[in-house]
Formats: sequence, C-alpha cells, structure tokens
Amino acid sequence: MSSIDLTWVIGGPQGGGVETAANIFAGACAGCGLKIFGKREYYSNIKGEHSYFGVRVSDKTIRSNVSGITMLVGFDAETLFRHVADVFDDGAIVYESDLAAMKMDEVPTLDAQFKERLKKYLASKNKPFTIQGLLDEAKERGITMYPVSFREILANLSDETKNPKIRGMFRMQNVLAVSVSLGLLGLPPDTLLKSVGSIFSRKAEIAEMNKVAANYAYNLATVKYSKFKYQLSQIPKEEHTMLVQGFQSTGLGKIACGCRFQSYYPITPASDESVFLESNEIFEVENNRPGSTLVVQTEDEISAIGMIIGASLTGTRSATSTSGPGFSLMAEALGWAGINEVPIVVTLYQRSGPSTGLPTRHGQDDLQFAIHAGHGDFPRIVYASGDTEEGFYDTAKCFNFADVYQIPVIHMMDKFIASTVSTVKRFDSTKITIERGKLLEKIEEAGYQRFTPSPDGISPRSRLGLENGIFWNTGDESDQAGHISEDPENRVHMMDKRAHKLEVALEKIPKEDQATNHGISDFCILSWGSTKGPILDAIDMLKKEGYKVGFIQIKLLHPFPTQYVQSLLSGVKTIIDIEANQSGQMGSLLNEHLDRKVDYYILKYTGRPMTCNEVFDSVKKIIDNKAEKKQVLTYGV
Amino acid sequence: MVSNVADYKTEVHNDWCPGCGDFGIVSAIQMALAEMEIPRHKAAIFSGVGCSGKTSHYINTYGVHTLHGRVLTFSQGAKLANPEMTVVAVGGDGDGLGIGAGHFVAAGRRNVDMTYIIFNNGVYGLTKGQASPTLKLGLKTKSLPEPNVNQSVNPIALAIASGYTFVARGYAYDVRQLKDLIIAAVKHRGLSFLDVLQPCPTYNDINTRDWFSGMDNIDEMTNKPRPRIYKLEDTGYDAFVHIDSPDEENEKLTQALIKSNEWDSKIPTGIFYKNEIIAPYDERMSERIPNYLENPPAYQEISSAGKPITNISKMLDALEI
Repeated sequence: MSSIDLTWVIGGPQGGGVETAANIFAGACAGCGLKIFGKREYYSNIKGEHSYFGVRVSDKTIRSNVSGITMLVGFDAETLFRHVADVFDDGAIVYESDLAAMKMDEVPTLDAQFKERLKKYLASKNKPFTIQGLLDEAKERGITMYPVSFREILANLSDETKNPKIRGMFRMQNVLAVSVSLGLLGLPPDTLLKSVGSIFSRKAEIAEMNKVAANYAYNLATVKYSKFKYQLSQIPKEEHTMLVQGFQSTGLGKIACGCRFQSYYPITPASDESVFLESNEIFEVENNRPGSTLVVQTEDEISAIGMIIGASLTGTRSATSTSGPGFSLMAEALGWAGINEVPIVVTLYQRSGPSTGLPTRHGQDDLQFAIHAGHGDFPRIVYASGDTEEGFYDTAKCFNFADVYQIPVIHMMDKFIASTVSTVKRFDSTKITIERGKLLEKIEEAGYQRFTPSPDGISPRSRLGLENGIFWNTGDESDQAGHISEDPENRVHMMDKRAHKLEVALEKIPKEDQATNHGISDFCILSWGSTKGPILDAIDMLKKEGYKVGFIQIKLLHPFPTQYVQSLLSGVKTIIDIEANQSGQMGSLLNEHLDRKVDYYILKYTGRPMTCNEVFDSVKKIIDNKAEKKQVLTYGV
Repeated sequence: MVSNVADYKTEVHNDWCPGCGDFGIVSAIQMALAEMEIPRHKAAIFSGVGCSGKTSHYINTYGVHTLHGRVLTFSQGAKLANPEMTVVAVGGDGDGLGIGAGHFVAAGRRNVDMTYIIFNNGVYGLTKGQASPTLKLGLKTKSLPEPNVNQSVNPIALAIASGYTFVARGYAYDVRQLKDLIIAAVKHRGLSFLDVLQPCPTYNDINTRDWFSGMDNIDEMTNKPRPRIYKLEDTGYDAFVHIDSPDEENEKLTQALIKSNEWDSKIPTGIFYKNEIIAPYDERMSERIPNYLENPPAYQEISSAGKPITNISKMLDALEI
C-alpha cells in the first residue's frame, strides 16, 4: 500500500457550513484510522466573508499543514479565486459547474490587493479574469477537474425522495461536497454516514435527511466520475484516539486538575475554551459529590482577572482565558497578584497584534509582553505549550506552579493551536499530579501572618474563611501581616523574598519541563510554542534528504532556564530561531540570558501558521549556505 | 449577646485627616459586624484605592486592599467562590463611579449577595483634591484651579438603573443610623449599595459638616439651622417592593429616582429601594449547578494523595473516534 498524505480544502462564505463539512470529512477519515491535522482560517466577520478549512490526512503521524492543496472543493466563486493557484499540479478541483462564467469583479468580498495579485497571475498566463480562465489555467497544469452541479443534485434528490423541501436546501451543499469528495477519494461510505450521523446527532430528522443526501452524492461521484489518482483507505485504528480541537485541551486540563472558577470576557480565539468549560460545568468526582466549574462572563478583562484573584484568595484554583488585547487590560492586576503572592493562571491564546491586529489570525507576538506585563518588578512564570496534547498536561503543570510558588502563571497558547483539529492520543488524567504547595487546610493557633519569612521565600498560605487565618492584602508594599509598609528595610526584604521564589522554581522544575530536547546537532533550531509541529515535520523531511538538524523547544520562558539551555547549546554551531513574530522575540531572550546570538531567523507574521514545507525549505537553505540571516515566510491565503 | 466592637479593630495606626468622615464609617462597619456577631474569619472587607482604601487595614477581619476602581471585581470573585463569606466592598466615589464605573453597572446586573459602600465626598482626597464624579457642576472646591466643568453622577439613580436590589444612603456623622443601614444592607439577599455622604474636611470646603447640618441656612423664627439631611423613614416613605408585579416595581423604582434627585436644601438618607423578589446570583447559579451552595468552588475536593479525582472520562469518550 502506498502511503497516504493529502490535503483537502473546502471554502465558502462564513456562516455557510464550511466547518460542519470539514468536521464530517475529518470525522470520516479519522473513523478509518487515518491521522488528521486540520485548521480553520476565517475573517473577523460573522457572515459572508471567506472562510476555509484545510484537512490534512495521512496514515502516519502529522503535526502541521503543508503548502498546497491536493483536492479543493468550491461551491462559491471566491473559494475558487482564492485557492485554485494553490492546488498541486497533480491535484483535483471539485467545483460548482454553474460558476464558470463568474468574473473576478463580481465577487465583492475579494479585496483589491488580492485581486491585483491574481489578475497579474492570470494575465501572465493569458487568461481572462473569470472562473473559466482560472480553471483553464488549472487544467493546463494537469489538475483533474470535477464539475458538479450541486443545484441539480438537490433537484434530483428532491424528486427521488419526493421531498420538495430539499430542492431549496442549499445549506446541504456542504454535505454533498464532502460526500462527492469522499466518493472520489474512495473512502468506504459507511464511515461517511457515521460521521454525518454524529455531527447532526442532536437533530434526528436533519441527520436522516443529510444521510440520504450524503449517500446519494457519494454514489453519484463513484458512478459519474473516474476515481481520483490519490485514494484514501482504511488503516488499522489506534486505540483511544480522539479528534480534538486545540482549545478543548486546556479546557479539559482545567477540569481535570481542579480549576473551579473561570471568568472571561469574550475574545477570539480564547473564549471557545470558556464556552467549552461552561458547556461541561458539572462533572463526576470519584467518591464525592458532583463537582462544578463556576464560569463567569465579566464586563471586561480587568474584571475577569480581578474576579479570579478574589476567587483564588478563597483557596479555589482559578483561571481566566484571554488573548492579547484582553491581556493588555489585565496587566495592572497581574502585578497585584504578584505582590500579594496569589496563585492564578492566565491562559493566553495569542493572536496577531498589535492593537486589534489580525483578530482572527495566528501569531506568537506576546512572548516579551507576557514576561514584562505590569509595572514594577514582580515574579511570574511564563510557560508555553507546543500543541494540543501539551495543552492538556501543561495546564495541570501551570496550576501546580501557581500553587507551589504562589505566583501568577501565564500559559502561552495561540490561535494556531486553538483552531487546529487533530487526532490525538486520549488524554490520561492519571499522568497529572496536583500540588497545592503551602496552602493551609487548618490553623490551630492565633498569630498567623501571611508573609512569614521562609528560606524558599514561600509562606504558608491561608484562605478567606479559615479560622485563625486572617490576613490582609494590599497593592501597596506590605509587612508580614499584609499591612501597608513603606519601611525601606522591609521593602528590600519583601522584594527579595518574592524574587527568590523564581530561583527556587528554576531549581525545582525538572529539566524536561523546562525545555524539550528533540535532538541536538551542529545546526540547531531553537523555538517555543506551536511552531513545534511544523518544525518536527520539517525535520523528518530534511532527514529523508540526508540533512541533520537539532531542535530545542523551550517551554519555560520565564524564569529563563539559562543553565539547561546553555548546556544543550554548548556544542551547537549554528542556532536557527523559528518564531511566528516579526522581531524574533525569543532570540532576544537568548541574547539576554546566554549572551549568545541567533545565527539565523525564520519568522512568519502573515497571521497564517507555518507549514512544514516552508520550514523545510528555509532550513535547507541555511544548511546549504544560501540563506539570508532572516527569512520571512509568507505562504497561505 | 452582642460581640465586642473592639474585636473588630486592628492596631494599625489610622492616618486619615482629623475630622474625616471616614472614621464614622469604619466605626459603623465595626459596630455592625459586632452586632450581627459575624465571626471575624467569616467576614472579608475589600477596599479600593484612595483614602477609603485603607479601611480594610483598620478592621480585624480578612482585609483585601485591591486596585483603584476594581474592588467590585475582586470581591465578587471571592463571594462567588466562597458564598459563606460575608463580603463588604468599600471605596471612594472616584474609585467606584469614575475609574470603576463599568464594574459598578455590571455588578448591578449580577446581584451577587454582598454589600458595596461608597465613601462619597466629591473629591479625590489622596491626590490632593481634584473634582470627583459626584461633585456638582460649577462648584470650586478648595484646591480646584477652576470650577468643576462636569455634571455630577447621581449614585443612587445609577445604582437603581443598574439593577441593585438594595439602595440606601447614610451620613458619616450619623453613625447609629449608618450602622443600622449597614446591617440592613448586609442582611439583604442580593447586592446592596450604600452611598455614604462623607465630608472631606481637607479638600471639600463646600459640602462640609456645617453645610450638611444647615449652618448656612438659619431659621429666622427659631434661630436654629435648617439641617439638609433628613431621614426617609420619618416621612412615611416605603422603599420595599412587596409584591411581584411590574406596577409595584415601577412605582418603587420611580419614587426612588425622584427622591435621589433631591439635593441642595433637602437631602434624604435611609433606604431608597429594596427588592428581594429578584433572585440573587447564587440562586440563578443554583438553577444551573444544583449543589453550588453546598459544594461551592472553595470547598470542592479536587485531589487525593496528589492525584486528580475529577472524572473526565465522559468528556473524553465524546471526543473519541
């Protein structure tokens, strides 16, 4: 059996059911044991703008997207205009045949910059600025064309099932398009029908109608068209595989590790996690009453962080989830949590900034901000996850850091991870530990002081409501009881006490939690967060061509694990910094802490995630000594 | 048996200006806590930033001196996580109606079962007397270079419009009435708001203690001052929403708004509006999470011997292929 690795892309106007279609496709493939890596791209818009979903399917482990499309599905003109140029020469296009005469200027949602680029391209190929022109060019490149009249399918289906309603149900185009695709790709029909059933599981009647339509379109594809050259097939299924969206990982992690209070203000892409928590607010607890997470939607992010600080003071594990603009508003209160040694977790789903930036697009722009947010010197931990699976287990670690060091923790996630749908090994709660540090359950005697000195800088922690545990907190500098103090000696003592906790953290946090050593080599990639997937896939590709590249993924970004990273890098000749931001923010950290400079940068800040091909090409150029010091990646619509 | 007021006092040196209205408020809070016999560890005073922000340090219960304008956010979070606590939030009028105005309005919508007291003196004291949101248009208090160019916000009306279910006003120099109002506010099921007129002897040289007691307005017949402050209860005013009907609610809301507009010669104190028909936040939560109050976030067990005890297998099953 030849290996499977193809990318299927479906596009359409926002609100038109693109996501449903992609979920059916992904579900059907995953149901056949295939591995999935899918991502959604969308505009900051509710209805009408172009959104698309790309699903990469393989029989081997995949952790990233590729540059290019194996099969494109378009039932609207914009999808074709936007993506046809990206289809591989040996790829295929399934498209609504009625669209051929559409002109580029008839699509109002195509922006001027894009049209200009596409017109230049078509003009260079001597083609008119129409769908027909575009498709002719594609055909000349060798692309297999599958014109389908979805309108006709609906009409025929309506007649055959004697259900006149179906004739006008254009929303069903999505299901038809997936079904035609899977017919052409040769996936067994039963997995398709199962997937349709599970997507519409809450609405029996709609599920039934869609199953009939799916079956009809699937059969039509197998009868009317010749098979596509690349075929999908069932492979042995790995047990306990889940199809998970990235934001669900931190949500599940929070529930598992005992976060019982989450507040948030709606923001893309972070709020999906909070909605997920609210949808699962009640759960079973072993040998105990049912547990619950109180999810509070606040009036702004200032309130969101204020509430979790208040909740944490009662001993409750508490968190908020936000993105860059919201995190900016939280900066002042972050310092309050710092000076008062309150454990909180801020899950920071980064997107492209500054300001509103590219509000629905990916970016890793907030590393330096997370490290420095808030005025004054105070300790915090900044920890970054590389993918969905890490998101789950790292969430539990972040809460342990918060509790043990009595410190605010910023858990770095991003839009790429949030909107990735992928096949992941079932999360295992038994691998999680819960460490609550010096949180007190009982205080027998009077005389408790919240900020009692201790060799590790960490004082026993009372909680609101505990007898004999009364304390005071203040945003001012305070004495050991927590009352305002402007005494200069006390000030030095308290500042040093708090700062010392970070030294302790660096000693105590295991090396494997500080950074992941994916292999060391003369050429070594240094990165953090969601670039992990594209980098690992690129390294596999490079290996096949005989290139050896190392990769160190830094997870603990503050306090910076200087010693460990130094030891890992000691034999490395060339450091390649790969990040999804403009300035190479982690490179600056390296310079600051190790006094070592990055040799090459590979950066991407288009708002679109890196593909493995982009990383592959640019690393290869570096090793071949053909690269500029800084390469900027641009692939993606 | 009434607890000892002294138990609720700390030894922290109080550095408010001599004659400050804040002294009366902090005493009234201590007296109210003692009279209600609330165990010290079951009460938490949250404060904002400004002169009034220091209140939490003077009261011997849990005390959380938060950020400027944010006291309601911290205090609501604590109350929601541990509903057994008696939570009182305090702050100045600049804190609550200027920088914190958004939180003031949002809190009304939630109706969390706690109390919010604003120390209302018309100026930003700790920054040396700038005009605050409650200073009337055109007034020029001592340290203003020019008269105030902004209109004032009406805290009582704003609270009513925002959905507070208990709205009252006290006067810092009538500690007995204030103590009773605090007790009524704390006992109210829902979010209670108390606007306390608190003369600032240092920076507000217009709305002074003498002004409130009418020293500038002597009755020629009796040769006595005509006090501006009066008690609503003395006029037969009924603040309570007794029955669950829109007419009743409208009537009580409207009369409260009308009363809230009285100023200059007659300034009402007492309870303006009280409605216990509207469910507090914890009741709304209990409808979603039936055991919320008996097993609130702060008391849930989350681990056993360092291992999680939350069973997420159903959620994982739903994601399995």
